[in-house]
Parts: sequence; C-alpha cells; structure tokens
Amino acid sequence: MTSGPETILEVNALKTVFHTRGGEIHAVNSVDFSLKRGELLGVVGESGSGKSVTMMSLIGLLPSPPAEIREGRVIFGGRNILGLSERELRTLRGRDIGFVFQDPMTSLNPVFTVGYQLMEPLREHMGLSRRQAAARAADLLDLVGIPDARQRLSDYPHQFSGGMRQRVMIAIALACDPKILIADEPTTALDVTIQAQILELIRKIRNQLGMAIIWITHDLGVIAGIADRVVVMYGGQIVEQATVAKLFAEPRHPYTQALLQTIPSLRGARNHRLNSIPGQPPILAFAPSACPFMPRCTHAFDRCANENPARWDLDESHDVACFLASNNGASSHV
Amino acid sequence: MYFPIVAGVFRRKVGEVKAVDDVSFDIFEGETLGLVGESGCGKSTVGRSILRLYDITAGEISIDGAAIGQISGSTLRRMRPAMQMVFQDPQASLNPRMTVASIISEPLEEHTSLSPEDKLDRVGSLMDSVGLNRDFMNRYPHEFSGGQRQRIGIARALALNPRFIVCDEPIAALDVSIQAQVINLLEDLQAELGLTYLFISHDLSMVRHLASRVAVMYLGKIVELAPRDTLYESPRHPYTQALLSAVPEPDPEREAHRERIILKGDVPSPANPPKGCTFCTRCPKVMDVCRTVPPAPSLLGDGHEVACHLYPSGSGLGNETGTNTEA
Repeated sequence: MTSGPETILEVNALKTVFHTRGGEIHAVNSVDFSLKRGELLGVVGESGSGKSVTMMSLIGLLPSPPAEIREGRVIFGGRNILGLSERELRTLRGRDIGFVFQDPMTSLNPVFTVGYQLMEPLREHMGLSRRQAAARAADLLDLVGIPDARQRLSDYPHQFSGGMRQRVMIAIALACDPKILIADEPTTALDVTIQAQILELIRKIRNQLGMAIIWITHDLGVIAGIADRVVVMYGGQIVEQATVAKLFAEPRHPYTQALLQTIPSLRGARNHRLNSIPGQPPILAFAPSACPFMPRCTHAFDRCANENPARWDLDESHDVACFLASNNGASSHV
Repeated sequence: MYFPIVAGVFRRKVGEVKAVDDVSFDIFEGETLGLVGESGCGKSTVGRSILRLYDITAGEISIDGAAIGQISGSTLRRMRPAMQMVFQDPQASLNPRMTVASIISEPLEEHTSLSPEDKLDRVGSLMDSVGLNRDFMNRYPHEFSGGQRQRIGIARALALNPRFIVCDEPIAALDVSIQAQVINLLEDLQAELGLTYLFISHDLSMVRHLASRVAVMYLGKIVELAPRDTLYESPRHPYTQALLSAVPEPDPEREAHRERIILKGDVPSPANPPKGCTFCTRCPKVMDVCRTVPPAPSLLGDGHEVACHLYPSGSGLGNETGTNTEA
C-alpha cells in the first residue's frame, strides 16, 4: 500500500456470515481495504455483492443474530473497533463516523422535527446546550443548502422533498464533525437533476470539512465523478482496487471490464448490441473455494474453479483478484 | 389525463392533478419511442393512458387507425390483445401464488379459445423465445431471479401477439449486469416480431441505446421531442440540456472537466403547477413571458419539436389537445 496521507481506517480479513434457515450465507469474505485522511473511496458492486454488509459490519449496525462477524479486524483510532461494547459503538457512530443511507424517508423519524433530530447528537455527543445546539443545527442545514434554515428546524420530515430530506440526512451525519462519512447509495432514490445537486454539495463540503468519505454505489458514472480511489466488489469479495483514473482506463478484472462495457454511452458511437454478462450473480451459500466470478467469466480456466484468487498488486495503487493478472508476474498483495 | 383531488368525509372534489396535460405524439410502426423524465412528470401515466388503463379526461388515442380514446367495455376488450405492457417491478406485477405457466397463459385463457394442450405449447414456445427454460413452467415467481422474472413479464406481454408494447421502466429494478440482458432480449424480439415499443425510462443512456426517437417530459407536458441523435447532440430545451448534463458518465477524465447545469430547487407540485411554462421556476434561461404564457410546441425541422419561448413558433405546429398515438 502507498504512503502519503495517514491511514485512518484499516479493515483486515473481514468476514461476515448470516445464519438463515437455509444455512449460512457468506456475505462478506476476507475483505481488506484502508481509508486515508480526506480521501473519497468509492465502493462499487451489484446488489448482494456485500458492499453494504461490509460497511454495516464495520460499525456494528448488523443485528446479531442473524449476522455474525466471524473474523477480521477494523482498526480506527489505534484500536480494533469490532470488539467494542454497544455503548462505545454508539459514541463512535455519533461522533466519529457519520452514516447516510439510501432512503431518507425511512431513516428519518417521522414524528420528530428535523431540528430535534439534528440537535439530538449535538447535545448527546458534543455536550452542547439547547441554544448552542439550535444554532449549530441551523448552520448545518445552511451548509447543506437548505434555504431558510432557521425556520425549517421546526418542520417535520414529510414537509421536505426527497432531495431535501437527503440533505437533512447529510446534515445529521455531519453534525459532530465525523472523521469518516459512510454514504450508502445516497443518491440512488433521487432523480438525476436532484442527484446532480447532491453530488455538487458533496464536492463542496468535502473540500470545506476535509473528512474521509466511503461512497457505496452501483452507478459507475457517479463513481467516475467523485471518487479518488475505487474498490470493486463481487460475490462478497473485493475483486479490484485502483485509483479512479486507472480503474476506468485500465480495468484488469474481467468483471470490471465486462461491467464497464455493459453501460451504454451518452455520447459517441452506439454499439449495435449491448455487451451483457451472461448468468446470474452467485448465491453465497458456501465458503468460496473458487473464484466467485468464474461461472460468468469469459476467460475462466481450470485453476479458477479450484482456487479462490488472492489479490495481486499490479503496481502500488492497483490490485486485482484474478489469476490472469498473477500469471503476468505481479506480486502477492497480502 | 387529470386525476381528481378529493378531500373531506364526503370525498368532495377540491381540485385536480393534471398528471398529463395536452400531450400529443405519434409512434410509427416498428419503432421505439423513448419517453424520459423524472419521477412524477407523468411518463407512466402517459403509458397507462395510451393502453386505456385509465379513462382519459380529454383527447383521442388511435392505434392502427382505430380510435380507442372513448370506447369501453367489450369494444375495448377486443382491442386489448394488440396492446400490452411490461411493468417496472417484476416482483409486484406477477401473482406469487400462480405458477409461471398459469401467469403466461392467463391472457390466452381470457382472449383465445385454445385447447389446454395448445396453450401449454404456446407457453413453452413463449418461454423459449424469452430465454427461460420451459422445464421451469410449474415453478413460482419467487423461485426466479429479478432478471428472469422480468422475462416472465415479457413472455406474458407477448402471449397474444401484440403489435404495440408499453415498457414502463422495465429495467429500473435490475442490476447493471442483468439490464443489458433484458434490453438485448427486447431488441431481439422487436426485430423478430416487428414490435412497436413505447419505452418509458429515466435512464437517458439506455434510451439513447434503444430508441429511435425520444420525447422528454416535465410536469405533465412534453417539452421536447426529436430523433435520437438530434436530441442527444443538440438538445434545445433548457430542461433537456440540464437533464443530459446531470447524467453522470463513467469517464473520470470527462467528469472532472465537465460543465454541469445544476438546476435549482425541486419539481413543483402537479396539483399546483406554475402559470405559463411549467419549467419557469427552475429554468436558468427564464424570461418574463415564460411566467405568464405557456409555450406552444414549435417545429425546428426534421421532426424536432420543442415547447419553449426561446424558439418562437414559426410554423405554428398547432396546439392539438389530447393524446394521439398511432402504433
């Protein structure tokens, strides 16, 4: 891994399993990644690829049972946060790590005013008085671009539109100046013109506040526009990791390559036919003993069926979990 | 298409939502017309009104020269086989307690007098043509993945050999890698069976791939309608321009240097639309006239219509009322 700005979050060999009536589901398998100060890390994958479960595991948001974090370490602020008590986790989530979810309507409480929901973390975690909290809440709404911020504190969530609610969620997540903001598909439920507004807002506050952001999405277009570095997930594993420019210019994993080719373009020549990836994403009922992409991969060979490829470094900022890359003389990643 | 707004214990009508207001367009045989717009703009209502799933408030719809806007009952029922629909959410549009065979053969039960063996035959060949294994005929929808369920929905729509299909966001609920499979299937079927599609979507790059002409809707009106390449290369309406510039592209280089038109605010409520042009509250190029006079569509040549005061109507394309569709 590269030096440069300090690493503020490090995830090692994270493994999360769900216990279901039909047996175990191996949702996250040996996931490693790190996050540097001020960086925006994009996490791309389809539904069921394990991207949300990975992030929920980090900060203890998965109900257990059915979830079980079987292995791994998550180093934040010099300690492993996987073993923390629920109380310590609450403080961590309130103050150090902010969260924005996909659907703002279900993550805001409909019976409390927006002002109350914004002030709650401020009073609980920052020890502000009611008056101080109200002032900061108004500043926060102003920061995320809600007009008449002071008046709107006494409004309820249903009085805001979808885009405005997502701005409120971002304001709550930013309330206590977190070091990390985790955004799970924050713009997926929004229209494109509203999504453009939110992306613009994120670009602005990122520069202003300098926090690190993990941005989970299935939309490669969104990633191209805001991320510094990207990890691609498939079947509960990270299959490729690179800087955003590298990933789009020289994708090396067959899944990343295929994914980039399936998206029709908004300009330039039109393909007569879309390139599609045959088959279905895997059902993760077994601990992986093969490459999860093998059944759909056009380059698959014998070894892919018998062994799950580890991530190989192609250079200091690009690694890929594919035997094709390891054959070309790359060195082992972990 | 106006929906009443009712209130109070007696459900008195207190107003109306002009979900689709004064929309006119043609669809030509064998083509795909893309209909794009944001949520709440009325694009699904247009699709459903054309198929007469709603009773329209005013206007006329004709399919193959036959006016269907005001007909009802058995006359309408006889027209149904020619026009079908594929819905957005395959989970919600398939009855979980029916087997795939009974779902696909239901239109056959209703509209044909095939013998049971012929029906099963037909179901099997429909499943083949949408790429489903006919051995799974007796399974239930929950046993299939999202993409496969959408194939079941497509097979059902094809059962009566329709000529015209409204595809209402057929890929919006699917993963990226599955979307391409379904789109390729729709294209293959169109080539094979000579189908005409109205493809409703908010995904502008997918519409560019599939449609031959594209209509853009905003708050119940069509603001621009043009052949595909014209629309994507030289959009004229400020809304179309903003919409296209808001679509994130999978190209970091371009994204870094791109000029975006960021629209201010939200879409106004269709129950209380702005006077004049409905886009006047968010338009970056708004003029005084826009706030009072609704713009009439003007023809810029080569089938490119735009409803905006920036392009004064020279030819005066007229201001027909209602939906006029030919498939």
